[in-house]
Amino acid sequence: MRQLLVLLAVFSAIAVLPAVITSEFSLNIVIMMLYAALLGQAWNILGGYGGQFSFGHAAYFGTGAYAVAVLQVQLGINPWIGMVAGALLAMAVAAFIGFATFRTGLRGSYFALVTLAFAEVLRILSNSVDFTGAGVGILIPLAPGPGNLQFETKTGFFFLIWSFTLAAFLAVWWIGHSRFGASLAAVRDNEEAARALGVNAFRVKMGAIILSGLFGGLAGVFYAQYFLYLDPYIAYGPAISVESLLVPIIGGMGTLFGPLLGAVALHTVSELTRELIGDVPGISLAIYGALLVGMVLFLPRGLAGIAARFTRRNKPAGTETRHA
Amino acid sequence: MPSGLLPSHPLDTAMPDLAIIIPSVLNGITTGSLYALIALGLTLIYGVLHIINFAHGALLMVGLYAVWFLNVQLGIDPYWALLIVPPAMFALGYALQRGIIGKASHGRDENILLVTLGLSIVIENLALYVFRSDTRIVDTPYSFETVEFLGAFLPLPKVIAFFGALVTATVLWLLMARTDLGRAIRALAKERKGAELVGINTEHVYAMSFGLGIACLGVAACLLLPSYYVTPQVGHGFVLIAFTIVVLGGMGSFVGALIGGLIIGVVEAMGGLFLGESLGQIGIFVIFILVLMFRPQGLLGHKV
Amino acid sequence: MTGQSMKKGVDRRQFLATGAAVLGASVTGFPAVLRAQEQTVKIGLIHPVTGFIAFSGTQCREGALMAIADINAAGGIKSLGGAKLEAVLADSQGKPEIGAAEVTKMVEGGIHGIVAGYASSISLATSQEAAKTNTPHVVDVGVSDQIVNRGLANTFRFSPGYGKIAEFAVSNLDTINKAAGSPAKTAMIIHEESLFGTGTAELLSKALPEKGIEVIDVIKHANPTRDFTNIVLQIKSKKPDLIIPANYYNEYVLLARTMRQQKVEAKGIYSVLGGAASSPKFVAEFPEAAEQIMDCNHWYDPTSDLALQRKAAAEAKGLTYTYEVFLAYNAVAFLADAIERAGSTDKEAVIAAMGSSTFDKHGMPYGPTKMVNGQNEGAQPVNTQVQKGSIEVIYPDKFASAKPIFPMAL
Repeated sequence: MRQLLVLLAVFSAIAVLPAVITSEFSLNIVIMMLYAALLGQAWNILGGYGGQFSFGHAAYFGTGAYAVAVLQVQLGINPWIGMVAGALLAMAVAAFIGFATFRTGLRGSYFALVTLAFAEVLRILSNSVDFTGAGVGILIPLAPGPGNLQFETKTGFFFLIWSFTLAAFLAVWWIGHSRFGASLAAVRDNEEAARALGVNAFRVKMGAIILSGLFGGLAGVFYAQYFLYLDPYIAYGPAISVESLLVPIIGGMGTLFGPLLGAVALHTVSELTRELIGDVPGISLAIYGALLVGMVLFLPRGLAGIAARFTRRNKPAGTETRHA
Repeated sequence: MPSGLLPSHPLDTAMPDLAIIIPSVLNGITTGSLYALIALGLTLIYGVLHIINFAHGALLMVGLYAVWFLNVQLGIDPYWALLIVPPAMFALGYALQRGIIGKASHGRDENILLVTLGLSIVIENLALYVFRSDTRIVDTPYSFETVEFLGAFLPLPKVIAFFGALVTATVLWLLMARTDLGRAIRALAKERKGAELVGINTEHVYAMSFGLGIACLGVAACLLLPSYYVTPQVGHGFVLIAFTIVVLGGMGSFVGALIGGLIIGVVEAMGGLFLGESLGQIGIFVIFILVLMFRPQGLLGHKV
Repeated sequence: MTGQSMKKGVDRRQFLATGAAVLGASVTGFPAVLRAQEQTVKIGLIHPVTGFIAFSGTQCREGALMAIADINAAGGIKSLGGAKLEAVLADSQGKPEIGAAEVTKMVEGGIHGIVAGYASSISLATSQEAAKTNTPHVVDVGVSDQIVNRGLANTFRFSPGYGKIAEFAVSNLDTINKAAGSPAKTAMIIHEESLFGTGTAELLSKALPEKGIEVIDVIKHANPTRDFTNIVLQIKSKKPDLIIPANYYNEYVLLARTMRQQKVEAKGIYSVLGGAASSPKFVAEFPEAAEQIMDCNHWYDPTSDLALQRKAAAEAKGLTYTYEVFLAYNAVAFLADAIERAGSTDKEAVIAAMGSSTFDKHGMPYGPTKMVNGQNEGAQPVNTQVQKGSIEVIYPDKFASAKPIFPMAL
């Protein structure tokens, strides 16, 4: 319960930010942090709590994004409905990928690579069919208004992503305190042992991937509505898959607050290196990469690992050593 | 949506002329041998260290720039660069594993993933800074030479790459089978604790394996550049395909990587002919998914 | 990850303020600090100088910076008392979301106008973000017609879009073909899979049959395509009179090399947007493969002294004078001209001045500048051909430096 109170307090504090931040640019950074935290939390459900490393979260992100865009542009369907459709379709894609891989017992790096391949297949398909606009991409008409799930100001988008992200964090809090979460942790730590205890590993993993797909899809819906343009590379390209896993791993896998810490840390590092280094192409990104390496060298358990050192209560769920 | 701009030929599946199938297959084999060369290093690293090396593409790019630099600055032919680039890449790989990757792992897969990802960002952007983003090529007397075989004109650099892949795979296989280092690597790949108990210096052997894998990239770079180009981003185009080949052939299997590379080359060529060049890329990934699902140990790998 | 960069004139206080903003602490002081001294006119330049399209992005940035240097050297904005232009640089990393974030940041820093963003996808995002504050925005290259067709009042493009380019490509090709006695009856289009190649190919495959040229195949390929042999084999087996490539430089290099290896013979190679005959680098590196290839692309006016001076100046700086350089140069010059005529940096006034622009110091083979919905209707591509190792304009006649050689005679 205490963790829930902390969670609600943190999100309440975040909700006040639009009132105190007068800079649209700064508010945009906060929005992009929440968006990264959402993507990261989506990955964390499956990767951190479930121990299934996905390299293909772009599959869910892209499906959510394309669903809301295509329904609006090709069929004139309101994006609020598109949002629901996007979430459902992303869950369906997740269920399909989960079924195909968990049924055949793929784990570890095999699972990682197969998810990557599924995302690539979707990228190629979206590049080849008419209704996505193929390589030309798809442009959502600019029509600000809450009815169109577009907002005049960044504050509107802030509350959209804030609610998506809060929902994801609440879901993960629930996972941490439910039978489902306990089964998921058991499967992650030792699948055979979990089975012996009567856990239906397949069902548990399916639950995790579908929930993960839901929030990945919502991140895609948000992206589409915020930036209004998609092409196959933006929607299903590897960049999204990488960001999804980077955020929670840096923050602390299998912890409730890890994705938030990771999102804030990564964006801060990225902003600061660019501010400090200036406009020589390449150098600021190189330093960003070096800082990533440094973080891994010195913070082997992510940022949440430091917190855990002090508080003991916020014990990272995924601390069992998995040998390299 | 600008409906007028929607492509009307998404599934351009016009039946190709049968006469071009043989040249196309032969070409797929030579292209596939280049993929195999890149995959050989990856399968060694994967098989021994069990890590997904995100920096593989970036390191290939380093090799390509090395070959380009030797050619343009010192006039060294890319094939003579085989004497220089692979040893240098070996040293780089050894140092990276010993100095950074091994230290950062702390026994956790996700750390290795992050550290190789971070390294690839560093390497790519340093290359962008040093070499700028221009597309670089080498001009050799044989760049346009072809070998006529069964009615197909095969580019000479690719024919050389084909034999280069065979030789490299054989050398690796001999090294693993016949040398003390090879035995140590195999022991380590199988059972780390056991290897430690019999007195194998695991850090050293891991670094040797990583170095060897990166040296293979050096060989690939020398054989690839005469028929390709180099930019700071060039590695991205090969990484996924290399992973596909590693899985297809069975992780850690050199013969598997070689055969997997040739298969993927042919699949890509046939996919392009029958599904269109853009959609045809899907063939590679579908095969990959099917192999993973139904034979995850790969064609020639051991049961996992 | 979205990252921001504001490079020139970021002092320690701004940096600290930004750092604080990032951390969600003292955020309100930040925009005020960025509001700078009034004697300069701030021009934001947002280009992808890292990532996959870094080469083109860097070329754009160089061209835009040359324009700013030239204008300042000539006395700055005279109607503003000789106010100097100040470049505010940003890297979009090839990502639309980062480009858009840079716009927000620049607007808060008191930018007076923005030139962006090379790729169409990025230009769509930056112009849309700038539209929210009605900030003047000039698109330098982005050829998608969606950029100007969606009614953003702040958004202008001085160069042609692909609709216009495809239309010209077809009608010029028709003229060249008929002048030679219509030797070309069939064509094959080889295009890359993203927006510019797909869009162009679509328009061409509709328009060519109307001119009596049958399109016998359209091949779309991925970026990167690692091997072009398959495509070239199909070209060989279908024997088109004309080969029409529309792809990026790397793929073009491989395609041209493979066509030579496979001994492809055609009556003409006619590239649309991006080909040998508009790439000095390609011609220098592959003189034989480039010979007599024709292009329809952005190009400068070889009969204009102004254009030749700029070219010489760019080459003296070690730049390859590609279309990115002079299009970005002119985008900045066009914006500066509007500010000059507006006599103010007021957004409405600058936008109105751009809308009524008759800017003519561009050295481009364009008709009179006339802005309709933000698009310069005078903008047009030309046809070039590689002849004896140099790039010549062959059509329209008014700007031509040589006669077309068609069919190819090697």
